[in-house]
Amino acid sequence: MRQQVLGLALSALMLLAGGASAAEVKLVYVGEISGAGAVSGGNFRDGIILASEEINAKGGILGEKIALSQFDTQSNPGVARAQMQKAIDADPYVVLGPIFSGNVKATMPLLRQAQIPHLIGGEAAELTAMSDPYLFRTSFGQQIGIPKISNFIHDEIKAKTIGIIWVNNDFGKGGRDQFLREMAARGIKVVADVSTESGQVDFAADVVKLKAANPDAVFVYSNEEECARIMREARKQGLKGPFIGDTTLLSQKAIELAGEAANGAMGHVGLSADAPIPAVAEFTARFQKRFNYKPDHNGIKGYTAVYAIKYVTEKKLEKFDRAGFAAAMHGLTITPQDEPSILIATTWDDKGEIDRISFLAEVVNGQQKITKILPKLGK
Amino acid sequence: MLADILQLLVAGLATGAIYALVAIGFTLVWQTSQTINFAQGEFVMLPAFFVLIAMGHFGLAFWPAVGVATAVSVVVLGLLFKRLIVDPLIRHGVLPLVISTIGLSILMKEAVREFYGADAQPFPPLATDANVTVLGTAFSLQNVVVLALCIAAVGALQLFLARTRTGRCMQATAQNPTVARVLGIRVERMILYTFLINAALVTLASVLITPIYLAKFTNGEWLGLYAFIAAIVGGFNQVRGAIVGGLLLGVVDDFAAAYVSSQYRLALPLLILILVILFRPQGLLGRVEERTV
Repeated sequence: MRQQVLGLALSALMLLAGGASAAEVKLVYVGEISGAGAVSGGNFRDGIILASEEINAKGGILGEKIALSQFDTQSNPGVARAQMQKAIDADPYVVLGPIFSGNVKATMPLLRQAQIPHLIGGEAAELTAMSDPYLFRTSFGQQIGIPKISNFIHDEIKAKTIGIIWVNNDFGKGGRDQFLREMAARGIKVVADVSTESGQVDFAADVVKLKAANPDAVFVYSNEEECARIMREARKQGLKGPFIGDTTLLSQKAIELAGEAANGAMGHVGLSADAPIPAVAEFTARFQKRFNYKPDHNGIKGYTAVYAIKYVTEKKLEKFDRAGFAAAMHGLTITPQDEPSILIATTWDDKGEIDRISFLAEVVNGQQKITKILPKLGK
Repeated sequence: MLADILQLLVAGLATGAIYALVAIGFTLVWQTSQTINFAQGEFVMLPAFFVLIAMGHFGLAFWPAVGVATAVSVVVLGLLFKRLIVDPLIRHGVLPLVISTIGLSILMKEAVREFYGADAQPFPPLATDANVTVLGTAFSLQNVVVLALCIAAVGALQLFLARTRTGRCMQATAQNPTVARVLGIRVERMILYTFLINAALVTLASVLITPIYLAKFTNGEWLGLYAFIAAIVGGFNQVRGAIVGGLLLGVVDDFAAAYVSSQYRLALPLLILILVILFRPQGLLGRVEERTV
């Protein structure tokens, strides 16, 4: 009898132990796995996967393994909203994504209502102006990136006239509006303002319009694939540029797709796999080994976002607490000394806006070459 | 201003010529076998991936890869498409076949996404980024090459159809298969030839358009729609109608984007389609067909 009781007790203990070891923290990625945003969303997702695998290999977050679920927005706000509802039903600790600003806008009310923190990839300026206490960026908003590139156009390119070609979605429209304001403030005349569509494939007519305006420089503000098609068409038609962009134009994918047409493109990049920082280079090597391609800024965004979740949960909260997580993120700075895999010292302000060093870059022989490191705005 | 218009015209004609190639395939297959292939856009998307696979996985140079892709396309998109999908279904009428080709288009698209990924892939251009200057106006060499190759392909096809025995047999099959059979023409073989020609045309279109569009699983959506509209606008029962429809669409699309609005560029071809259906349902160059009820 005693042996039976002992056996039962041992079995119960083993079950409990088994249950404890199987405990998981749910993270979900709701992002652009297909559609026009597949390049950005795919990179972001792979960054998340790499970070999750690394963290799980070292025991997880507070001893709990990350269980990652993925939901494809198909780059469509309607689908994004439906997918986000499904994701919320899975009761995640934190949501990662979406990447497209339009999809972020469509889904953020759901997350706010559910009080779930979300680390987004969207860059539209208005996203952090909506006072969502659960929203945090993983990259610069346009109100930070566009002034930096405008200074570059004014001070270094010394352009008197400029043409802008932009994608007519929330990201593109927000950037274009901000850019026009910055150009007006610097006395640079916008001589061509060319709107294009997301997923557009033929840019012949748009480039003819730019050529006709004969600007000193051309500002390209679109998603990666469209940037590449614009560059190819521009070179095909003999439009000289210089071509200037913010992050997407100089991303690894845009350079790969544009081929030789990308050479000479210049601009501002918030994050870069080619940044002259050893931790970033090591991350890039790990990412390439795991996925067999070079990450762009979105890969870094996804990767560092997961490590930010780990750091806040383990070092600031010591428990899984969504409201506590959101509160702890506001005004937080994580340095590589705190968490090496954050790669670059990063600060979030009280609106969820991000601040860190950034880079000026140029495409040389099909490679992104960093020409200058710009300091954090908060310094 | 004149230079802009000329540049737009050449760019529009180059794109339109590619639409025309695809639309010709539509009309040829329709005329001989009453098959409306709603997977035609995906038929243009797929050969570019055959080229990329031949280059990336088998290490072939570009032109040999194009040769291999053409051979594979002719077998898969010509022979197998006819034998496995069209032949078993056509006897049940047009509608089951239409639904099947819609299903095939989804299958092809999703298969490419699954095996090659959702993001675009670079594709080698046929010509360098140089310009050709004519009367003081610079034209893209790539556009000129695309236009020249399309004209050569359409010219060769027309010569084949008009000047060779096989071509004339194909025309006879298209006009009246019953009489053609009575005259001893091997109708089934002629129909097969049109499917093989269609496969070759879409492969050429694929190699010409993909450097501009980049290789992506969604490319067929636009191409199929434009080629279908071009075929209807020009006249579904006339090869020359498909040529005119394709060129018209390419030029209208570019001028609409430049001088009207890029947001409404897709609307204009649809508007032309509606006008043609309302006022000239047989198409601009099509002939009225009477059917026995």
